Amino acid sequence: MASAPSKLYSDDVSLVVVLLDANPFFWAAGAGGGNHPAATLPFSKFLDHVIPFLNSLLLMNQLNQVVLIATGINTCGYIYDSGNGGPEGSDNVSEISSEILLRLEEFVCKDRKIGKGTERAMGGSVSSLLSGSLSLALCYVQKVFRSGAIHPQPRILCLQASPDGPEQYVAVMNAIFSAQRSMVPIDSCVVGVQHSAFLQQASYITGGIYLKPPQLDGLFQYLAAVFATDLQSRNFLQLPKPAGVDFRASCFCHKKTIDMGYVCSVCLSIFCQHQRKCSTCGSEFNQAPREPNSASDTIRKA
Amino acid sequence: MHTINKPTKYRISLKEPGIPGVLRMAEERFIFTPHDPRSLLKLDVPFRSIKVHKFSKDGSKQALLNLLHEGGGYIFEFDSFSDRNICRDFVGKILGKLQATCPSKDDKAVPDKTTPAPGEQLSPMEMEHRIKLLRDDSELQRLHKQFVMTGILTESEFWATRKNLLDDTTIKVSKQRTGFKSTMLADIRPATDGRTNKVTFSLTPEIIHQIFAEKPAVHRAFLDLVPKKMSEKDFWTKYCRAEYLHRTNNSVAAAAEAAEDEELAVFLKHDDILADEIRHKIRRVDPTLDMEADQADDYIHLQDHGLLRDGGKETVDAESELSRRTLSQDLNRHAAVVLEGRAFDVELGDTRTVAEALARSKKGPSLEAFDKNESQERLEKACRMTEIEDLRGPHQLPYAPLFIKDPREYFDSQQANALRALGDSNAGFKNTDYNFNLEESYAYLMKQISEAKVSGLNDIVQSDVAHKVLNGLNQHLSSTKQHIGKGPFESVLDQLPSRTKDELMIHWSSIQELLRHFWSSYPITTGYLYNKVLRLKEAMTQIYNKLQEIKESVQSDYRHLVSLLVHPMLQALDAAFAHYDSEQQKRTAKGGPMPNGFFK
Repeated sequence: MASAPSKLYSDDVSLVVVLLDANPFFWAAGAGGGNHPAATLPFSKFLDHVIPFLNSLLLMNQLNQVVLIATGINTCGYIYDSGNGGPEGSDNVSEISSEILLRLEEFVCKDRKIGKGTERAMGGSVSSLLSGSLSLALCYVQKVFRSGAIHPQPRILCLQASPDGPEQYVAVMNAIFSAQRSMVPIDSCVVGVQHSAFLQQASYITGGIYLKPPQLDGLFQYLAAVFATDLQSRNFLQLPKPAGVDFRASCFCHKKTIDMGYVCSVCLSIFCQHQRKCSTCGSEFNQAPREPNSASDTIRKA
Repeated sequence: MHTINKPTKYRISLKEPGIPGVLRMAEERFIFTPHDPRSLLKLDVPFRSIKVHKFSKDGSKQALLNLLHEGGGYIFEFDSFSDRNICRDFVGKILGKLQATCPSKDDKAVPDKTTPAPGEQLSPMEMEHRIKLLRDDSELQRLHKQFVMTGILTESEFWATRKNLLDDTTIKVSKQRTGFKSTMLADIRPATDGRTNKVTFSLTPEIIHQIFAEKPAVHRAFLDLVPKKMSEKDFWTKYCRAEYLHRTNNSVAAAAEAAEDEELAVFLKHDDILADEIRHKIRRVDPTLDMEADQADDYIHLQDHGLLRDGGKETVDAESELSRRTLSQDLNRHAAVVLEGRAFDVELGDTRTVAEALARSKKGPSLEAFDKNESQERLEKACRMTEIEDLRGPHQLPYAPLFIKDPREYFDSQQANALRALGDSNAGFKNTDYNFNLEESYAYLMKQISEAKVSGLNDIVQSDVAHKVLNGLNQHLSSTKQHIGKGPFESVLDQLPSRTKDELMIHWSSIQELLRHFWSSYPITTGYLYNKVLRLKEAMTQIYNKLQEIKESVQSDYRHLVSLLVHPMLQALDAAFAHYDSEQQKRTAKGGPMPNGFFK
């Protein structure tokens, strides 16, 4: 899907918004070793791949712009914006990386502080606030759109580590649809344990690339070969596509993927069992379900 | 029908001379016997094989009749045209009879089995609709042929799921009335004959209708004068003379003629009916409309601006009774009439009837009755528009309060559900590594960041690792290209040979149709449904076998691809068969007779 044409810029100028997953549970799970992805790729090494990738993006074109947003479990925040540091001459790579690391540290502290007050039930797979960071990214992109006729072509790159949070389904889908509407492709690079259905759908709907790298220590190579390509060049390149996208709907009550279910005719939310009242819009369903023929169900065994 | 015997000459080709003989035509066949008994050229041809007959013109050199069949024609030469014509008519009649009895055999014809099931009445219009739908959509026709012709589905069942198609076509039958032409009347110029100085106006009924609509004074004059005082032709002659005088702009001559002929004067004066109408209309305009118009201003007396028809800008004294129609007046009047449209749909035959009908239609609404109701409304509206807002109290319009459901309620319920779900499922790492609580995880993360700060960026990726990555990506790309296709817009089906692709598509649509009927027949409550399910099951088994054959017979390059495509079809059929079998088992387990007395 072509992105919105950038008027009067050359075609390959891009604005990349990178969403970095800073979920402490995921990254700390590698501390014990084993075959958890966080063990092969601890967070420090992960940053070692990502920061040079950001620098290489800036290297490809003088007008390229990179924005880094961190996704925590209680909050999300802007970490770095390459458009800001212009006049101070911070094109120095080491300055950029130190700035990023500093701000990331501050972010994690903030995330921790915010999470102190609330008592959350801890599960092994607490998810990051993907919907929040997607919203932050889209707001930034909108600001760029409105800054004038000349702007680079924006796209979003999502480096996801933690699994999908089913409670964020609606918010994430809303963000995906608004990205589709503004024609901003969402690329996804999943370094976590399992595939992320949200991001598969996001990339499919918005025309981005979804990749789960099988070899994590070569992450930089994946990033440079696949995700560094700008939108204009993607027309001429063959980029990896997932074999299939799981589009099955999940029911709103249990988040199970279902094939047949009940749909509310007012808000189109999907349920796997018959309900008296729709939990999304509150409309009452007044038709009783057909009772299955219970009398004839018993099979007599000879 | 009788037989015809005529002496003719049979010509094999137009170059050779004919072979004299006798042509005998009966109802079924024609026989040509040459006079010469030794000749072998005897013809005995049934008429069914003759497609068309051709003949030479009356008065040409030879009287020929050519009976065409597949592969050529039989040419017969007759002595006289009358003979030939008799034979020709005879042949024509027979061919006509034959074509009526056996319908044309081309593929596009819908076979004749659109007879309704017993007990169902179909109006001829519905039959026509169905035939038209079948003719327009070849896919639908194929399905119809495949299932209804072979008896698997009945006609009514087939169309039961397509009610929306049938309904749509009925809506399009409404006819549209054609309106007036938008070219102006006066653009129809008369033909001038330079030599004899005659000017010819041509008036068609259409033009007359339009004249009556646009010029009510002429209409009134027509009703009054014809046929009492003058004939229609005279009336139109006078009218045309008046038009000619307008056209030539000769005011003096016009005045002279008007003085002479009073009927002519009618045409040359202002159209007073029109003036009246316009005055009424102006009075009825909303008084709050800011229009600087005079009560007596009816556009007609506005002489000091406006172009005349020929572009001149003369000003004329207002007292003259002869009107000088300006271009804008004509255009406005014409546009108003065209927009009103035709008042009625009458055959434009007799001018008199047209005039009368137009008069009747105009009499309908009376202006006076309107005025009373409308003036009341206008007064109210004027009050509303001229109110001074400062002096009034605030409007208390009733409004419905905005009711926004608290979104937290939704998210909270979702949270409860999600946590319940989380409690059930785990990410596969079943808390073995989860010894950390919140603080420790954060601490660990911070440590990692510090490590990154300290160590700096060096040796990001090893070269062999990078090599492996690139290889892996390449492999992945080439394999998916094979399976999925080159791009999002190329489908995998295009890679198959077209015959296989077509077969698969046909099977797919047939399966969809069958499955739709199959699943809708459950639960089986009547014997009719039971029979229907049996029929459907047989058809599905056939397709199943065909699909298996396709899977086996396809070339090895495409085998994987085809099996991928065929797999979901087979799955769907398997599910249907499984359901059928389980239902059968239940039925036999119940024992005894089935509903409506059917025995297994």
